[in-house]
Amino acid sequence: MEKSTNTLSIYTSRHRLCPSPVWVMVRKEISGHIRSWKFIVLLVLILLTYWGSLLVSMSDLRSITSSIKDPESLFIYLKLLTHTNGSLPPFHVFMSFLGPLLGISLGFDAINSEKQNGTLNRILAQPVYRDNLLLSKFVGVWILVGALMLTLTLLMIGTGTILTGIIIEMEELWRILTHALISVFYIGLWLAIAILLSVVFHQPATSALTAIAIWLFFTVFYEVIINLAVKAMIPDNPLQASAQYEIYQLAFNFLRLAPSQLYTDATTTLLMPSVRSLGPVTMDQMAGAIPTNLPFKESLMIVWSEVSGLIAATFVCFALAYYKFMRREIRT
Amino acid sequence: MEKAIIELSNLSKSYGSLKAVDRLNLSIKKGEIFGLLGPNGAGKTTSILMMLGLSEPDQGTAFVCGHNATFDPISVRKKVGYMPDSLGFYDDMTAWQNLLYTGELNGIPRDQLEAICAEVIQTVGLDQEVIHRKTSTFSRGMKQRLGLAEVLIKQPEVIILDEPTLGIDPIGVKDFLNLIVKLNREKDLTVLLSSHHLEQVQQVCDRMGIFIGGQLLAEGDLSTLSKNLTNENPYHVNITLAEQPPTPWKGQEDIQKLTQVRNIKIDGSTIGISSSEDITADLVRLFVNKGYDIIGVQKKEYHLEDIYQSYFKAS
Repeated sequence: MEKSTNTLSIYTSRHRLCPSPVWVMVRKEISGHIRSWKFIVLLVLILLTYWGSLLVSMSDLRSITSSIKDPESLFIYLKLLTHTNGSLPPFHVFMSFLGPLLGISLGFDAINSEKQNGTLNRILAQPVYRDNLLLSKFVGVWILVGALMLTLTLLMIGTGTILTGIIIEMEELWRILTHALISVFYIGLWLAIAILLSVVFHQPATSALTAIAIWLFFTVFYEVIINLAVKAMIPDNPLQASAQYEIYQLAFNFLRLAPSQLYTDATTTLLMPSVRSLGPVTMDQMAGAIPTNLPFKESLMIVWSEVSGLIAATFVCFALAYYKFMRREIRT
Repeated sequence: MEKAIIELSNLSKSYGSLKAVDRLNLSIKKGEIFGLLGPNGAGKTTSILMMLGLSEPDQGTAFVCGHNATFDPISVRKKVGYMPDSLGFYDDMTAWQNLLYTGELNGIPRDQLEAICAEVIQTVGLDQEVIHRKTSTFSRGMKQRLGLAEVLIKQPEVIILDEPTLGIDPIGVKDFLNLIVKLNREKDLTVLLSSHHLEQVQQVCDRMGIFIGGQLLAEGDLSTLSKNLTNENPYHVNITLAEQPPTPWKGQEDIQKLTQVRNIKIDGSTIGISSSEDITADLVRLFVNKGYDIIGVQKKEYHLEDIYQSYFKAS
């Protein structure tokens, strides 16, 4: 009896002084990424994009404010994020390109480089569960990306306040923070895909290339293929409007399988309160609609399926990586 | 009888049609240095991975330090230090950081961590100034030492070294093996060492097992193994004379009369005599009395090499 209480007290004192292995690993992952060139290059790229798109919209601030009649619905901070004069795409469109790149580059060598360096065997021979390693890879990058997005958002709000002197509205703050959260999930999805590939493929180069191929397919070719299919299927006769509508609806649904489409839809709706529908709208539906901004909750309701789809896809990919990694023979 | 610290029974594992480990039974006592000897691809590493719960056996059980390695691998890994054959470290971290990281993963409290790290570094004989360098600059021998330091940091009861001498120069090997013996004596560590280098295993191991094609062919200390091999003619002496003896040579009958002698072979001026007991002194006296000039007496001992070769051929 005496012995058991003794071990218990040692255990609790140990427990207090040292964090659980997962957090030790997460900390190591984060510090490793922060010091790596890969991350620094990406960070510079994202900061430049951010700064560039903000600069463009800032310089156009006068024309933005003058074109708006109703000062109640000005939403200057949302305008700063989405406005463009054509020389640079707005930030959220940039993010739909850069997000995957960030996710892929931080995850493509997660497991296979450990294996190649001979660290995998050594780490797994420590008293840690195998899934802790995978979880730490995912959580580490997620914390990093979350911190990055939050910093960017706060920076943007701060710069906006200094330059315009206008205090941000609660409505805008919610929209911008939700946008940041969705961006984190979007990057998380590509991270999960990259980690899955790093478990499946033994060479980091193979997994990186495959991840980039998937990304290119969804950003470039997928839309082209869907458009071709729509063109072939759509009836020429303009009288068959209902049939045309059906096909457009179908095409939109297929397009929504691409993560970038989900992300663009979700962020556009959230950052532009005037967007009230995604996809085709009939004249019946338009009749009687008052052209005003939607409240935040309504915008969120419109894109709820997109947001939940994005989150679900992230977890499905991670679960697959998890399954593959747990079942894998350590030597192969 | 002392309780075994590593107890494998009927352990089997196949990769597809290849039987990597075939019904392995092995028990290792506390405080022993056990050498697992076998050629490449004999299933040594697979067996070790199963002992650590890093690989699941198809059949049989592995008990290490009283825990089932398959169902309770965490308890086993808390007490067992493992140094894999392809040893790697995080190259973007210094040796010291790598060591601290392993210590933290083992749940060593922060306030003791640095002291313990400094102690193991001293034990394995790494320089104080070297450990703050990135591990990518380390030589193979230094990595090996760092690997051993990392194994020791968890203050293990058993250490398992997979091909620890691979790729180090002879002097490095000698130092490393001495270090292992020292640890075994001072800290009462049980050591399981896998290798295909016979000499090295022979030098340090109390007992060894010969492991070929997934099966443990023989097990025991050196003399047991040699007895198994040579139970008919355990002693053999080669006596070299200054001149080639005439045929029939004098003294031949006297030697044949000795009851212990089993076999006599003449090759030029060398006479080889196999016997059931050690009669070297009697033989030399007899030859001298007959007036021969002896220029060399060579008592043949069976080295592990012979044992290994003979088992290898047999399989």
